[in-house]
Amino acid sequence: MPPIWLVFVAVAALCAGVVGSAHAAWQPNRPVEFIVPAGTGGGADQMARVIQGIVAKHNLMPTPLVVINKSGGAGGEGFLDIKAARANPHKLIITLSNLFTTPLATGIPVSWKDMTPVAMMALDEFVLWVNAESPIKTTADYIAAIKAAPAGKMKMGGTGSKQEDQIITVAIEKILGTKMTYVPFRGGGEVAVQLVGNHIDSTVNNPIEAVAQWRAGKLRPLCVFDRVPLPVTDKIAGDQAWSDIPTCKSQGLDMEYLMLRGVFMPAGVTREQVQYYADLLKKVRETPEWQQLMRDGAFNQTFMTGAEYAAWVDTEEKRHRQLMQEAGFLAAN
Amino acid sequence: MEEFAHLFHGFAIVLQPYNIMLMCIGILLGVIIGVLPGLGGANGVAILLPLTFSMSPTSAIIMLSCIYWGALFGGAITSILFNIPGEPWSVATTFDGHPMAQQGKAGEALTAAFTSSFIGALFAVIMITLLAPLVAKFALQFGPAEKFSVFFLAFCSFIGMGKEPPFKTLASMMIGFALAAVGLDSVTGNLRLTFGFTELLNGFDFLIAVIGLFGIGEILLTMEEGLSFRGRAAAINPRVVWETWKELPRYWKTSLSSCLIGCWMGISPAGATPASFMSYGIAKRTSRNGAKFGTGQIEGVVAPETAAHAAGTSALLPMLALGVPGSPTAAVLLGGLLIWGLQPGPLLFVEQTEFVWGLIASMYLGNLVGLIIVLTCVPLFAAILRIPFSIIGPVILVFCAIGAYTVHNSAFDVIMMLVFGVLGYLLKKCNYPLAPMVLAIVLGDKAEEAFRQSLLISQGSLGVFFSNGLVGTIMGLGLVALFWHLIQTGFSRLRHMVA
Amino acid sequence: MNKPELGPLQRSVEFGTAVAMVAFGALVIVGSVQAGISWGAEGPRSGFFPFLIGLAIILSSAINLVQCVRSPQAGLFVEWAQLRQVVAVIIPTTVYVVSVGWVGLYLPSMLLIGGFMIWFGKYKPIHAIAVAVGVMAVTYVTFEWWFLVPLPKGPVEEWFGL
Repeated sequence: MPPIWLVFVAVAALCAGVVGSAHAAWQPNRPVEFIVPAGTGGGADQMARVIQGIVAKHNLMPTPLVVINKSGGAGGEGFLDIKAARANPHKLIITLSNLFTTPLATGIPVSWKDMTPVAMMALDEFVLWVNAESPIKTTADYIAAIKAAPAGKMKMGGTGSKQEDQIITVAIEKILGTKMTYVPFRGGGEVAVQLVGNHIDSTVNNPIEAVAQWRAGKLRPLCVFDRVPLPVTDKIAGDQAWSDIPTCKSQGLDMEYLMLRGVFMPAGVTREQVQYYADLLKKVRETPEWQQLMRDGAFNQTFMTGAEYAAWVDTEEKRHRQLMQEAGFLAAN
Repeated sequence: MEEFAHLFHGFAIVLQPYNIMLMCIGILLGVIIGVLPGLGGANGVAILLPLTFSMSPTSAIIMLSCIYWGALFGGAITSILFNIPGEPWSVATTFDGHPMAQQGKAGEALTAAFTSSFIGALFAVIMITLLAPLVAKFALQFGPAEKFSVFFLAFCSFIGMGKEPPFKTLASMMIGFALAAVGLDSVTGNLRLTFGFTELLNGFDFLIAVIGLFGIGEILLTMEEGLSFRGRAAAINPRVVWETWKELPRYWKTSLSSCLIGCWMGISPAGATPASFMSYGIAKRTSRNGAKFGTGQIEGVVAPETAAHAAGTSALLPMLALGVPGSPTAAVLLGGLLIWGLQPGPLLFVEQTEFVWGLIASMYLGNLVGLIIVLTCVPLFAAILRIPFSIIGPVILVFCAIGAYTVHNSAFDVIMMLVFGVLGYLLKKCNYPLAPMVLAIVLGDKAEEAFRQSLLISQGSLGVFFSNGLVGTIMGLGLVALFWHLIQTGFSRLRHMVA
Repeated sequence: MNKPELGPLQRSVEFGTAVAMVAFGALVIVGSVQAGISWGAEGPRSGFFPFLIGLAIILSSAINLVQCVRSPQAGLFVEWAQLRQVVAVIIPTTVYVVSVGWVGLYLPSMLLIGGFMIWFGKYKPIHAIAVAVGVMAVTYVTFEWWFLVPLPKGPVEEWFGL
């Protein structure tokens, strides 16, 4: 008869084996914090909360996903938090273009290299809008109106300062060789309403921020800052659909800009952990709720993970550095 | 009369047992959220938003808006009992509410606060029912210049009314402005006054300052007076509600003006905070008891609570009709609408009548249910003050720390809270008023932002603040309010000279 | 005349406060100058308003300082015995807020509540422990389970697997 301790060792080994194999496919074992480097109610926040809701509703994770807003310093606070949480597999962050613009504009010491890219969820489009009562009917009218007006007379509204909206504005100015006045507001919805109230002349709102006003006949889209027209063909206003908006490039405004809606983790996590979240987000994308959000916001539904995603982020960062440098937005130090 | 048909249909939806149950749960959760510092209405709604994804949009909005009402009710509780406002718009409630609690009249103060909240909300929701389309048009008039003029009016109607030395008031307010300026300058996107400390990126959040200045400061003052929580003598009287109600109709003028201020501020959308300060300031000037404000006057509780609730309720209207949130909580609800596949905007009223009128009906019923729930609990809340200070004191300290932490999930803020606490104790003992500082912290950066946006639009011309009737009138009112004291003293001196 | 040995004078505390405010104003001005105080093409720059605010702080505090010096001896700020009470709260609270960042919220909170009850309230340790543990347990359930708000945790909580 084997000594009793041998039995214990065998049982212990068995248990360890079982536990070990369970851990081979890594799973979170405590609540996962989902950082939003922006305020409550904005585009990134909405997307994070949709993901949270989908994960909870379809039981996609064994532990809860908790959304936390860290919006200080144009999102710098959230990025610093991820940077400080090195190797913590229970932290995610959803980013927008401020991943690139905030460090460049404020000098806050973070970069995407302090994080691990998990997945690109979508790209957000930008559309050039004017008030529906404005005499400007097409992009050509818009260009003519800007060129005719004295420098600084035309007012472009946008979200935040030295961020995506202002980058596009500066690019338009450069193409047309003139100056506009950029007026920063806090959120996209507010920008759209300022345009409806005629306090500003044009905006570059994301589709989801302005769609309600478009449907109500208050705003008019001129062109979209993408290579190809938008794919969504549902009728929005009268017989117009997102797909009917021409690209800005075809109308003489040679500018393309898409905003990242992607998920990152802290640096130093294992490959299994990244893979777990990449698979999770893939499942999120397949749900009807997610599809609905994509259709409503006319998102560009590019999905990327792994090395491909990292390479994309790297290119975008270089592009932003160049755009920001040309615009004179880099922090002094 | 089509609206009334819609409204009755809305009542029919809300009165389904399932929805009534959600309403009660929502109110209770809301009161808890309002009482826990740091877990304000916006956070609370955001946290509970995902829970509602599996409900129908109408049921979901009923529950979430009831959480919102509950939080508005709940915010008054801590303000009155412990001098800790859980939300920016409860700050003005502490001015007279807490002194009342110290005099053993916590029950009266709570009853007055809850009842005024209800009246404010009711007024606002009636206005929404009757005037929705008109009001939405009015909100569109508000560009940056108009918004600045509203903030200007809020400051002007509030300053120059205290008994403290004027230069101490000025110093206190300016320190508030300076603290509000720390962090990211939203107009240029540059960091300022952070001196390279990443902890300061966020600036000084109002809540941390207020929890420290008011909450911790109060505990230190209590310690100095030897551990006796002054409200301890409060007799628990179940009839306190009736007795307070008998007194309330006397203040109908204050209530009415506060309702109007609140609705206007909620729509404009400047929000509930300037509304509560402004209406407190105006009530203090116009009331016969004005001079006694700050010593525990019921009227000083009625004014800010009515206005805050009226503003909080009417702030939902621009959100529904325009897609512009009038408050942080409304911003979260807006996100919720989008998630449920509803697009807030001018067409929401036309296309989603069931949803919109269900929501409006739930505003009527939710507030009524809320009022009943919180009023029945008044003796219970007042009884909290009977707990010995050596138990409740450290528990308040812990909850203050939790509140400070949850604002930005930052342990640094907990330390800042204590710094503000010691500062609050020191300033109060040195006869510096704290309210102007808090007002400046809450509204300072918003006012500056609106001012600079206006100048961008006008290309540097200050004439923009008098460029049309609306903005000119508001600025004019502000100037009158600012020099009210001078005008008044001028008049009385003149009279003295004549006499 | 009052007896200075009873506590710090109101006047000296006010004097110190005003001086500290002047220093704070100066700090604000330094920060504003770093951010740029001129009036640029796009309206005022980042530091313009803070600069004016800094000036206003210095100015008003200077006036307060003068008034304070001119004022008659206005009695005591607080008696030493009372001040001792206040400091007896400030010191443990300082330790508490600093330690929250290091060892989490729960343990220091229990110590604070329990200690306060035993020291100031003269309660029996068993009662104090019961209240302290009970309050924090309710807090844990409310925040972390119910509202899904993570509160700061340290090595002890890590060890429990919370």
